[in-house]
Amino acid sequence: MPLSLQDVQRIAHLARIRVDEAEAAGYQTQLNGIFGLIEEMQAVDTRGILPMSHAQDLSQRLRADVVSESDRRAAFQAVAPQVENGLYLVPKVIE
Amino acid sequence: MTDTIVSLSVLLATGQASSVELCQDYLGRIAQLNPLLNAFVTVNTDQTLLDAAAADARRAAGDIGPLTGVPIAHKDIFCAEGWLTTCGSKMLSNFVSPYDAHVIGQFKAAGMPCLGKTNMDEFAMGSSNETSYFGPVKNPWDTRRVPGGSSGGSAAAVAGRLCPGATGTDTGGSIRQPAALTGITGLKPTYGVVSRYGMIAFASSLDQAGPMAQTAEDCAWLLNVMAGHDPRDSTSLERDKEDYACDLASPLAGLKVGLPREFFGAGLTGDTARAVEAAVAQLQKLGARIVDIGLPNSKLSVAAYYVLAPAEASSNLSRFDGVRYGYRTPEYGDLAEMYEKTRAEGFGPEVKRRIMIGAYVLSHGYYDAYYLQAQKLRRLIAQDFVEAFKECDVILGPTAPTTAFKLGEKTADPVQMYLSDIYTIAVNLAGLPGMSLPCGFDAQGLPIGMQLIGNYFAEARMLNVAHQYQLATDWHTRAPLLEV
Repeated sequence: MPLSLQDVQRIAHLARIRVDEAEAAGYQTQLNGIFGLIEEMQAVDTRGILPMSHAQDLSQRLRADVVSESDRRAAFQAVAPQVENGLYLVPKVIE
Repeated sequence: MTDTIVSLSVLLATGQASSVELCQDYLGRIAQLNPLLNAFVTVNTDQTLLDAAAADARRAAGDIGPLTGVPIAHKDIFCAEGWLTTCGSKMLSNFVSPYDAHVIGQFKAAGMPCLGKTNMDEFAMGSSNETSYFGPVKNPWDTRRVPGGSSGGSAAAVAGRLCPGATGTDTGGSIRQPAALTGITGLKPTYGVVSRYGMIAFASSLDQAGPMAQTAEDCAWLLNVMAGHDPRDSTSLERDKEDYACDLASPLAGLKVGLPREFFGAGLTGDTARAVEAAVAQLQKLGARIVDIGLPNSKLSVAAYYVLAPAEASSNLSRFDGVRYGYRTPEYGDLAEMYEKTRAEGFGPEVKRRIMIGAYVLSHGYYDAYYLQAQKLRRLIAQDFVEAFKECDVILGPTAPTTAFKLGEKTADPVQMYLSDIYTIAVNLAGLPGMSLPCGFDAQGLPIGMQLIGNYFAEARMLNVAHQYQLATDWHTRAPLLEV
């Protein structure tokens, strides 16, 4: 089922990427081409096959609940677009 | 400048060269040739020479490892403290990393100076190095052609002898395919052997770092530096330290080499087929026995990969929102607009396509049909290898379906570009080690690579096979003629 222009805009919104109308048609063609490649997997009978999420069968390790990092807030915030008093600045979310 | 890492380590150990002298030579060659190749995004002469002087001081004090003082370049996907770390993207074009990736820390501890950060496809998404925000890398064998990708800058830098070795990362073939297209040797280890800490994430269940160099022997020594457990990466495996160079000298008598019939079918033609078949004959001469094997589900690997990798990428790249680091759009009203414009302007088209595919296949109503189905195919693909390794020790085939293609040849059609990785992707899905090494040239003088695939943790065995092949052949010693 090929993606419509509306689908492309919905996906772009889910991905938080602004796509204007002129770009949407290009994405529609390219994404449909890629989904054409992906579709071949639908023909495979995978009943009874366990999904494989990872190359190694690992369980998450736990570590002791102790402080292991030093405070490097100034260094980390030095690369942020906008900070003030140690806080990251973004447009107001709650009125 | 044709020295291997091993030969440079001898020059240093015998006092015939200092690290400062070696670094000056390579920096000179980078200054001369990088305008032609665009292999490096960042060079920092002062820092490199400081690293080198420190390495020389360590040697004088007797505090050395086998590679102390040998310089190396790093793919710009590895965070390196104080270095611009762009991942080939406008999104991180202003990001000076405040910390070191585990891999960078390992090379620092080994006393190996950093010659610079190499160009790459944006966020490692590409097979030609043409998606980089910093422009395409040129193949040193023919500068009208691509070096492959995504580790195209590292590959071109090694092939052009701008550095003796470099780090790369491989999610679907990004070490092996550019190694093949530039005539060098590159290895993707078993998933979990090298820590991903500080390596900017693309698809976390597939990403793995590895070495790129002229020879298998050099790759073994570099892997000795890179590998090892790191508690900061929860997928880093707890294994005893291994010496990947320990088996290099073993003879190949009795080695069982599996040839997957699916890799030698209709898709493989011409010079690539002839070169790979000649390599098979060479290994037989060295005592190997050929075994016919099947990987019937490998044909599904490209489709499964282009569901799984974008799904993981859409999640990983959600962190680039213009808040904590990197690019932020100059003009915005509310928070949603800030996110959407920042990501629209900061990411290039290929990254946006993959994020959108990922967002779609994970979205409500499509998850089972795409994501879950792809995970089931992943198991089928991995099981093929388990069966195959009951019959053989290593698997051999081509690395890439063609030699280096022309710049711009495949950029219009993403699907054509994706098929460049048709022989490499299954290895990532299974989490196996794989490597590419040079095995000939086509009629146009472009290098051809063959791929070796090993069982889990069989890096030392693969490197042994590759080294013995390289002792008997000289393809890996050929270097392009580069003049400015």
